[in-house]
This record gives sequence, structure tokens and C-alpha cells, in this order.
Amino acid sequence: MTDDQQLRVSKIRNGTVIDHITGGQALNVLAILGIDGTSGDSVSVAMNMPSDRLGKKDIVKVEGKELSQNEVDVLSLIAPAASINIVRDFEVVEKARVERPSMVEGVLECPNHNCISTEDEPVQSRFAVVDDGVRCEYCDTIIRDDLPAHILAE
Amino acid sequence: MRHDHIISAKQLSRADIEAVLDHAADIAADPAAYADRHADTLLGLLFFEPSTRTKMSFTTAMKRLGGDIVDMGSVESSSVKKGESLADTVRVVEGYADALVLRHPMEGSAKMASEFVDVPLVNAGDGAGQHPTQTLLDLYTIRENAGFDDLTIGIMGDLKYGRTVHSLAHALTNVDAHQHFISPESLRLPRSVRYDLHQEGAEVREHTELESVLPELDVLYVTRIQRERFPDESEYRAVAGQYQIDSETLEAAKDDLTVMHPLPRVDEIAHDVDDTDYATYFEQAHNGVPVRMALLDMILGGEPA
Repeated sequence: MTDDQQLRVSKIRNGTVIDHITGGQALNVLAILGIDGTSGDSVSVAMNMPSDRLGKKDIVKVEGKELSQNEVDVLSLIAPAASINIVRDFEVVEKARVERPSMVEGVLECPNHNCISTEDEPVQSRFAVVDDGVRCEYCDTIIRDDLPAHILAE
Repeated sequence: MRHDHIISAKQLSRADIEAVLDHAADIAADPAAYADRHADTLLGLLFFEPSTRTKMSFTTAMKRLGGDIVDMGSVESSSVKKGESLADTVRVVEGYADALVLRHPMEGSAKMASEFVDVPLVNAGDGAGQHPTQTLLDLYTIRENAGFDDLTIGIMGDLKYGRTVHSLAHALTNVDAHQHFISPESLRLPRSVRYDLHQEGAEVREHTELESVLPELDVLYVTRIQRERFPDESEYRAVAGQYQIDSETLEAAKDDLTVMHPLPRVDEIAHDVDDTDYATYFEQAHNGVPVRMALLDMILGGEPA
């Protein structure tokens, strides 16, 4: 790739670069992170970029945000190959691959409206990560598809 | 099993099941020997949904062990009506009782409640979720009548919402039963239950009619199809009629078929079956007492498991 063809995405000063997102999943990643642009911080998204490892990958750069473990956990479910780079003062200070967790807590909402975790009780939603999805620890409901649609509203 | 919460049939191993059933058989053989076993024990009953058999048999079981019950009463007359959370209710009541029995209309309620209490908590039905003590008395009845060896069982009716079915199906994987599920398409087993059965390597077959599979069965477990699961009365009638049995239906069955039902029944088993040797549902209901006595005795520390 020549300089002219280079991705025209500015570097960020402080924040997170999420690379190697499964092609086409960048907008879902933003949804997981609760990022819709209204905060005023700069957000760059590149989708379906060529990648040796993935064929096609997405990249998200977010100014002024470092990810919580919960966010990383859900991220790993839709973008298992993602790498997370923490940037401070234009330098990558930390680089990590996501790991598939055994449990995600307080991030997804159970789609079963009759599940106790959807009520006004002092518990967080809790999902075990199973072979082909996630499973509510309270009512056993399995979510296979479209995890981002089940992300709890902030 | 001492001080354990009993939340789901999934937590019960074959050894746990056999231990409870053996203990229940000992109790049934000589109930008087257990009459003072838990003289100072109070069992807290929290029934957020109506119940006749489960509540009365837990009450009977605790009293036959020499203890007593404290009962929250109906939801209408309790602080739940004022908007108290379930987590708060159980934390209060655990101060009054040595063990709790909870029935609640929402799935996962017993699991959540158990996270807030230190006394043993028994799930007596959580929405369409689980009903493990019903399963234990079902297993007791099956073991007494058909045995666990090379068992072929048909489970018929509302398999989607029937919590007794979900609990029983999972427990039966412990004895490698051949399980046939008979229901209308709209009420077949939920995905989560099929997933579990698959994970356990269970031999499971699903059917929409009883006729073809009836002659193979050692046990036929019938459940009620509830009218409120259907959008209108005519659709309900069309479906429900196909899952009713009478003595004529059973002419195609083995002579030693055991017919079970968690009760209450409406019209899914005709009254002319009651007088046949097949009918085992009243015996099944009676077994709730020794089985719940055994379970209470074990979680209250009477018998190491």
C-alpha cells in the first residue's frame, strides 16, 4: 500500500485502538462500548480492510476511552481475534489480545422477560459462555445470534 | 447434601438421586421412626404462586419429621404487595426459619434467592424453569413401578412451559433412559433443555403424536396443556384433544405401562383410566411426602449424603 492509499485515520492522543475486529462488526463494537459520537470525542472506524490474518478486518479508534473488563469480555464474543491497544500520548503503552471469558456479567440483558434477572432485584445479569453462544445463569435461556442487540442500556 | 440449596435437577448426580430415593424408601417403610427427628425445626414457606400438592406435602413432610412451618401466606396479604424485592423477602424470612421453600412465577428466582441466604433453600417451582422436588418424587415413582434399567419413557403434553418436564428430562439422563417427547410443534422442548440433553448424550426423540411410540413405553408421563398458552379457544381445543388419553387409547400399550401425571389434571387423562392398573398418578402424589421428608432430613443435616 502506498502512502496515498493509506488509511486516512488520524492518530489518537489518548484512548484505545481496537484492531483485528471481525470484518463488518465495527458498528456492533461501538454499540458494545456505548459509543454513538454524541460525547464529542473523536471516533474513527474502518471497515472491511484487507488483513493477512482475517481476510477482512475492521478497526476502531476511540479517543479518551479505555475499556473495562466487561466491555472486553463482550467484545471477545463478537470479535474473538481482536487486539486492543491502549494509547497514551500517541504511544501504544499496552497491547493485548481479547480472551474468551467463561462468564460475562452485567453487560447483556436476558431476552426472557420472565427471567428474574430482568426484574428490579439487586443482581446483575450473568451469562455463561457456551460453545455456540451465551447462556443466562438464572433462567438458562441461550442467546446464539445478535449479541449486540442484547447489550444492557447504560 | 447437608445445607445445600436444591435449585435444579441438573445439580443432582445419580448418587444424589439414589441417596434421596433410598432414604425416602426407608422413611416410607417406617415413618414413625422419624417422627421426632427435627422437633425444633421450622420450615419457611414462600409461595408466590398458588399450590396445593407441593405446599401441602412440604407442610406434611416437615410436620411428620416433628417440625413445623411458617408460611408467608398469599402474595396479596404480604409485603410483596408493597413492592418488596424477592432478595429482601428471603433475607428477612431466613431469620425466622431453618430452611426455605420457594415457589415463584419467574424463571431463575430460586437461583437468585439462594444467593442471598445461608439457610438451605429449596426450589418448589420457578416459572417455566425447574421443579426438582417434583422430579425426585417422579423418579421415586418410576423406580418403584418400572425400575431404572433399560427404561423407555414417553413425556407428553406441554413440554415448552412444563417445569416438571424440564427437571425430569434432565434427571433421566442420569439413568440413561430412552426418552420420547410427544407434543404439538408449538409446545416442544425449549432449546436450552434440548441443548442440555444433547450435552449429556441423552437418547431423545421428538414426536407429534403418541400412537406410534406408545407400544414401546414403560412409562407414560402426561402433563396438562394450558389454555392460556394459545391465542384462542378453538386452536387450544384442536391441539389439546390430540393429547388426551383414555382406557381405549391404552389398549395399544404394554400391560405393565405406568401412567404418571404431576397433577392437577383437567381432561388429559380420562377418569376411566383411574381404575386400571396403569394409573399411578395418585400414588405419585402421595410419594411427595416421604421424598420431601428424605430431602428435608438430608439438607437439615439428618443424614450425610
